[in-house]
Amino acid sequence: MSITTQVSPSGDLLTIGIQGRFDFSSHQDFRAAYENSEGSISAYQVDMKETSYLDSSALGMLLLLRDYAGGDSAKISIVNCNEDVKKIFTISNFELLFDIQ
Amino acid sequence: MIGSEPLKILIAEDNETDRMILERIIREQGYRTVMAKNGKEAIDQFLKEAPSIILMDALMPVVDGFEATQKIRFLAGDDFVPILFLTSLTDDLSLVSCLEAGGDDFISKPYRPVVLAAKIQAYRRMLVMHQTLRHQRDEIARSNEHMLQEQQIAKKVFDNVAHMGCLDAANIKHVLSPMSVFNGDVLIAARKPSGGLVVLLGDFTGHGLPAAIGAMPISEIFYGMAAKGFGIENILREINQKLKMILPVGFFCCASMIDISYAQQRIKLWNGGLPDVLLRQKDGSVKRFESEHLPLGILSVDKFKADCVQHEMRLDDRVYLFSDGIVDIRNEQGKLFGIGHIYTMLSQTGETETLFERLIESAIEYMGPEGHEDDLTLVEVTMEPEQSQFDGSVLAKSSAMPGARDWAFSFEFFNETVRDFNPIPLMLHVTMELPELNAFSSDLYTIFSELISNAVDHGLLGLDSALKTTPNGFQTYYQYRSERLRQLSEPSIQISLRHQPEAEGGLLTIEVKDSGPGFDIETIDGLMPGEGEYSGRGIPLLMTLCETVDYLGNGNTARVCYRWRPLPEDDKKEV
Repeated sequence: MSITTQVSPSGDLLTIGIQGRFDFSSHQDFRAAYENSEGSISAYQVDMKETSYLDSSALGMLLLLRDYAGGDSAKISIVNCNEDVKKIFTISNFELLFDIQ
Repeated sequence: MIGSEPLKILIAEDNETDRMILERIIREQGYRTVMAKNGKEAIDQFLKEAPSIILMDALMPVVDGFEATQKIRFLAGDDFVPILFLTSLTDDLSLVSCLEAGGDDFISKPYRPVVLAAKIQAYRRMLVMHQTLRHQRDEIARSNEHMLQEQQIAKKVFDNVAHMGCLDAANIKHVLSPMSVFNGDVLIAARKPSGGLVVLLGDFTGHGLPAAIGAMPISEIFYGMAAKGFGIENILREINQKLKMILPVGFFCCASMIDISYAQQRIKLWNGGLPDVLLRQKDGSVKRFESEHLPLGILSVDKFKADCVQHEMRLDDRVYLFSDGIVDIRNEQGKLFGIGHIYTMLSQTGETETLFERLIESAIEYMGPEGHEDDLTLVEVTMEPEQSQFDGSVLAKSSAMPGARDWAFSFEFFNETVRDFNPIPLMLHVTMELPELNAFSSDLYTIFSELISNAVDHGLLGLDSALKTTPNGFQTYYQYRSERLRQLSEPSIQISLRHQPEAEGGLLTIEVKDSGPGFDIETIDGLMPGEGEYSGRGIPLLMTLCETVDYLGNGNTARVCYRWRPLPEDDKKEV
């Protein structure tokens, strides 16, 4: 598992990429990824192109990000999910909280 | 401990000159010394003086250095005692044999003080490191033991709270296998006062203690509300609100909850974040009910949705709830067991009594000897015929208090409270002040709910039960119902309860008066359709349960009398 971050040229969109398994072991790194971001971030994108798996504590971490980014007014999109990952989002109905693509 | 005290070093050397030279060198370095002239003395001194480091000559009379080293190693056990061989031997084989005998290093003669000092210093550092490690290891072992002990106690409390209720009922089969001492899964079941069951399966984020702590308020709310006759929508709302309040962000509970009514042969269900709930009908067809909601503990009160799905459930139909543990089982090739597999198994025709056991067997076989990664919970509930009226007796253990026997209670509610408030739990609560009435709560629940729904649907709204017999009847009926409820101007309902004690048992009189226009009492016969017609069963049902059923005034007051006798001891069921 590794986590990468990238701020858009305009400085307001933070993209967090997750490689490999997204589970409790990513907790510290994932939190650091958005808490240590510089600039005036107003929207977040979680890139799951290289995410092989996520468990319920990963869902919890996404909720923490949502909380950090303003709760109901948070702008978070989750992109490039594979079929397995998408299924987990569907079962938990996270589409209601996140923009999942 | 290696502290401020100078190290004590044992010197075992048979040559007196060498022994004196070594003693002088080492004392000059500031260490304390203990002397031995042969291997036997070395062993004795080791036991007596407990030196930190040993300098051991290889060749000595009585017992040589090799043998003494082995013996001391054995005696030292877990303790780390560096043994440095003193040797004039220089060939590789001899030096290797020193290490093989258990020595840590060797020092060649003639002795050079600088080298000797440096080696002792190096072993001193190792001693300190070893002690720190051992200290930490012991600390971890102790706290781990302590934690396990606490978890065991907490587990007992948890099991008493979270896995009680009526999971042992004849029509429920379940399996719960914990991944750690605590199970992250909660499985609870309770009988409803109206006859039937409510079952909740919850799967918390993570495992162990945090998950178990969340389970406590869930079961408390669940049992409390289920026994009072609250619907599952209300119970879910309450649990969600509580979890939202107490759980930190990022912790939540995936759950599915079912409400089975024996009288209506119907299932009502809610699924938030768990795998499909499967309903296997007697003919082998299987219906899937997908998760339509977010898990519990995420949404705030105003956003939470407790909308349930309803479906008919006939005698011997079976419903299955799973946590994702069983779905996520992988075989040795890493392939998922999956809900599809379960679906296929359930679709098979043939013997259904052992379906549950076969499902478990198949899951265990599939995962192989490796075991499972997640909590694995599965429950099967089979539809039963409507039960005898005494079934409510298992709801709560009778209190030893005599309770209120002679009382009257009345209240009236108005406007939006008529629209939104369900008075039945309150009515049951009041009557349960007399603990003996617990045994009749099923009857009372039915009576209360028939009276209230007659007052609202027919008295206030003027709805025609005949609507329900048309093909889309139920839906149309409830659509009308909610529309008309909104349009009502200033509705009110008045409820009066009066209990009078008798020589044995008592008499409960219930009056429900609505603010509607009433009806011609003479037509009451018209309200009682023949046997087998579903929708009109309200009044005949009241008549079978109550001693008298009367409509008073202009027909907007219903009065029923319910007479009860204490149950013979044999009919009382233990909780």
